[in-house]
Amino acid sequence: MALRIAAIVALGLSAAWTTGAMAQETVKVGLILPYSGPFADAAKQLEAGVTLYIQKHGDEVAGKKIELIRKDTGGPNADVARRLAQELVVRDQVDILAGFALTPEAVGVAEIATEAKKLTVLMNAATSSIIDLSPYMVRTSVTIPQVNYALGKWAVEEAGVKQAYTLVSDYGPGHDAESSFAKGFTEAGGTILGADRTPVANPDFSAYVQRVKDSNPEAVYIFVPGGAQPAAIGKALADRGLSPPDTKIFAQGELTHPEALESMGETARGVITTFHYTLERDDPLNKEFVDGYHAANNGRSPDLFSIGGYDGMHLIYEALKKTNGDASGDALIEAAKGMSWDSPRGPMSIDPETRDVVQTVYIREVQEVDGKLQNVVIHEIPEVKDPLHGAAK
Amino acid sequence: MINNIVIVLFDGFAFGMLLFVLSVGLTVTLGLMNFINLAHGAFGMVGGYVTVMLMRQYGVPFLLTLPLAFLGAALVSVVLERIFFRRLYRSGELNQVLFTIGLVFVAAAGATYFFGTGQQPIVLPSWLRGSVELFGIRFGVYRMFLIAVSLAITAVLFFTLERTRFGAKIRASVDNQKVAQALGLNVERIFAITFALGSGLAGLGGALAVEIVGLDPSFGFHFLVYVLIVVSVGGLGSIAGSFLGAALLGIGDVAGKYLVPELGSFLIYLLLVAILLVKPTGLLGKR
Amino acid sequence: MTHNQTSAIVESPARWIRSRNRWTIFEILFWIATLAPLYFFPAYLNLASQVAITALFALSVDLVLGYAGIITLGHAMFFGLGAFTAGILSSRYGWGEPISGLLLGGMVAALAGYVTSFLIVRVQHLALIMVTLGLGLLTFELANSLRWLTGGTDGLTGISTWKIFGYFRFDLWGYTSYAYSLAVLFLGFLICRLVVSSSFGLALRGIRENVQRMPAIGSDYKWHLRKVYTISAAIAGIAGALLTQTTNTVTLEVLSFQRSADVVVMLILGGTGRLYGAIIGAVIFLVAKDQLAGINPQYWFLWIGILLMAVVLFMPKGILGGLSRLIRRED
Repeated sequence: MALRIAAIVALGLSAAWTTGAMAQETVKVGLILPYSGPFADAAKQLEAGVTLYIQKHGDEVAGKKIELIRKDTGGPNADVARRLAQELVVRDQVDILAGFALTPEAVGVAEIATEAKKLTVLMNAATSSIIDLSPYMVRTSVTIPQVNYALGKWAVEEAGVKQAYTLVSDYGPGHDAESSFAKGFTEAGGTILGADRTPVANPDFSAYVQRVKDSNPEAVYIFVPGGAQPAAIGKALADRGLSPPDTKIFAQGELTHPEALESMGETARGVITTFHYTLERDDPLNKEFVDGYHAANNGRSPDLFSIGGYDGMHLIYEALKKTNGDASGDALIEAAKGMSWDSPRGPMSIDPETRDVVQTVYIREVQEVDGKLQNVVIHEIPEVKDPLHGAAK
Repeated sequence: MINNIVIVLFDGFAFGMLLFVLSVGLTVTLGLMNFINLAHGAFGMVGGYVTVMLMRQYGVPFLLTLPLAFLGAALVSVVLERIFFRRLYRSGELNQVLFTIGLVFVAAAGATYFFGTGQQPIVLPSWLRGSVELFGIRFGVYRMFLIAVSLAITAVLFFTLERTRFGAKIRASVDNQKVAQALGLNVERIFAITFALGSGLAGLGGALAVEIVGLDPSFGFHFLVYVLIVVSVGGLGSIAGSFLGAALLGIGDVAGKYLVPELGSFLIYLLLVAILLVKPTGLLGKR
Repeated sequence: MTHNQTSAIVESPARWIRSRNRWTIFEILFWIATLAPLYFFPAYLNLASQVAITALFALSVDLVLGYAGIITLGHAMFFGLGAFTAGILSSRYGWGEPISGLLLGGMVAALAGYVTSFLIVRVQHLALIMVTLGLGLLTFELANSLRWLTGGTDGLTGISTWKIFGYFRFDLWGYTSYAYSLAVLFLGFLICRLVVSSSFGLALRGIRENVQRMPAIGSDYKWHLRKVYTISAAIAGIAGALLTQTTNTVTLEVLSFQRSADVVVMLILGGTGRLYGAIIGAVIFLVAKDQLAGINPQYWFLWIGILLMAVVLFMPKGILGGLSRLIRRED
């Protein structure tokens, strides 16, 4: 009996608490990220981007207070992400779902977003097709084909490379990178000499690098996840004498992130990467962003996760302004479609048809600036759309 | 062609030696003492962070940080051994599993709190970087260094455990605690020292691995699987077995990836299962 | 075992077995309590559903680990096979009927369990742990490389589970999910209870305690081990299929080493070899994780780690073992 009374009291309290929260003028944003486990760093960097935006622009927009509720998926767990989204909707009554460092997180949440009609902002998850899973999804990061298809084309047309070998991590994003680079590269008239895939958890690249060396290509294209692998593969290539200018090295931007550059040292010089965000890009908005980020994060530099979170928050704020604080999913997604703005990464917009990000793709080369190796933008390709969507429709 | 064979064997052996330095400490704690220490990787992480912090914050030369990484991990483990582990020697393998897994969780949280979630790169001295060309083949310098260190560790351990009085004491204590105690050996102290030795080796391995596999708070979990594979393939309690097992796994993995890259991610597990089904006690294990 | 008990066994073994297996009041109360979330914590039903699924998975591991002494670090293999079977059935072949999906998931896992059981019984101790681990990781890598079938790391999309019995739709709150998962958990528990309380279950305990002696008393212990391993695989597969159906997603994570390791941790936490330990362990681990992660998503595992260490130091027989000692019902 006592237990039942206690339970009823608890239920009453929780009901009172939720109605109280609803009456307030708040917009709740549920942030679903892999806060623990091997991808914790991605979550931390993405959240730092989100909080920097809030810190800069205040936590009030269109008369409403923004409240973040953070949830940990622990890694690429679609089922956990889905449950957390359900709980955010039914228990915390959030208005907006956001975050998603990893593709499976977004996949898990898609059905909930549709059923609950909540604006869902993909702040990183970069697999092209996931945006189709729910009409309430919008992406503020990048898609893998977007940057790599452009690089493939550029490598032939501008850099004059005729043949290349591709070496990618053996998982979804790696496969996408391999096929989109190869597509751009061969469409422009280049030839792929060979393609190998390395295990995702791969501590040693020597065997694969030797295979690349055997076929003696003009250029190597690489895709590995961030973390420790960029430096490892960079060094393995250099140990075999596969380094610019003799052999050109192309990759997606993670390969030359600041920690990897430091670890690779001289061997990174001349590596060419493609990305949507360049830390060192000379631009007043970017400088303000980077300085603010350094100040708020003990000197740590922002990366692709940070900028995805920052722009994702921008989209949420601007959409709320447009709807005058109406936080319903239908109003917000309409407001988000076609939105365009100047981000620290450069000009970007949301494709009104696909709800996917359209932005400038930067081709960068590692060069020495003031005695320090860094990524220098050598070419800009404006208003790039995800090429897979164009092809599908 | 012959060049390719040589370089693949060399790289495979070097990779094997990386596995060896990471796991040799566990051969001591799990193999000799029968303590299922799943926190082995966490002690490796301690060593890694000692090296990284000394190099980055205080500019200590890399070589000098290696013994300090050993000492750091050994010290931490002695404290933990005195407080916790010694109560667990006789409490069953499942409790050892649960406790040491808990410890890995705590270690990961601690590393996140003190050092952040990011990668911790180190910059090696120039004489350890790059590669040298011999007979038209380029050998990675750090890989040669790893091989040299592993051979040294094997020699020292083999000598200590098989040829010295202390080694005999360890073996006696492990084989039969009661008899050893009755013979006047201070079993408690011997266990503490052996445990410190195993953890110190883990710390050294962690420090040596940073250059190749990087370092972040998930290090303790990340290499647990590899380390267990080496110890079981080598055979419990056999330093030589671990060495042989690591070399075999390394060469098998690299050569396999080179010849049949499609099987890349399967190889090490296929080798594991195949070897254990043929020889359940491992290559040189007695139990 | 006292003298009286021994004589009771000798006089009438069947009655002794039956007397050991009567339902106690604690058990009945326990199962009534599992209905509480439906009425009192509706906002936690989705969590409760995942707890029930994990508890079923932990039960399957208890059968092999707690009763037959097979320490496994690769049981996610069977969980994942069941999960992918149900997922592929719906996503690739458009068949989303839940009950048949569940059974098929269990059958595929059982088949894999039967085949691998021949390898399992060949090895013991560390080699046994490592062979289960190796087989688990091989299955994970296989699923990763069969991207056309499994969706690879991105996960399988387009799964849609039909209404249960054509009537109960899976709702956003999770009423259906929890009721469904709980019902399957209860059935799974009944099967496990039946298995461990049969003479077969006693033979298994004999194997766990002393494998050398079993052949001497005329027991084909390898066949016993293969049988329990297959049953356990089937239950794990059903748990996996259940996860797929209640979430409409499958990712490679269902096959991961982490899932194998977590479930063993939960089982030891709750207490091995007592079935309820598996359920209690899953409840405590997952609820603690959820609550701690709600407080701080970045550091919850610190507290989980401390919990695990504390349980070993203060309740060396797991939480259930500690509790039963507290209320002096040591068995």
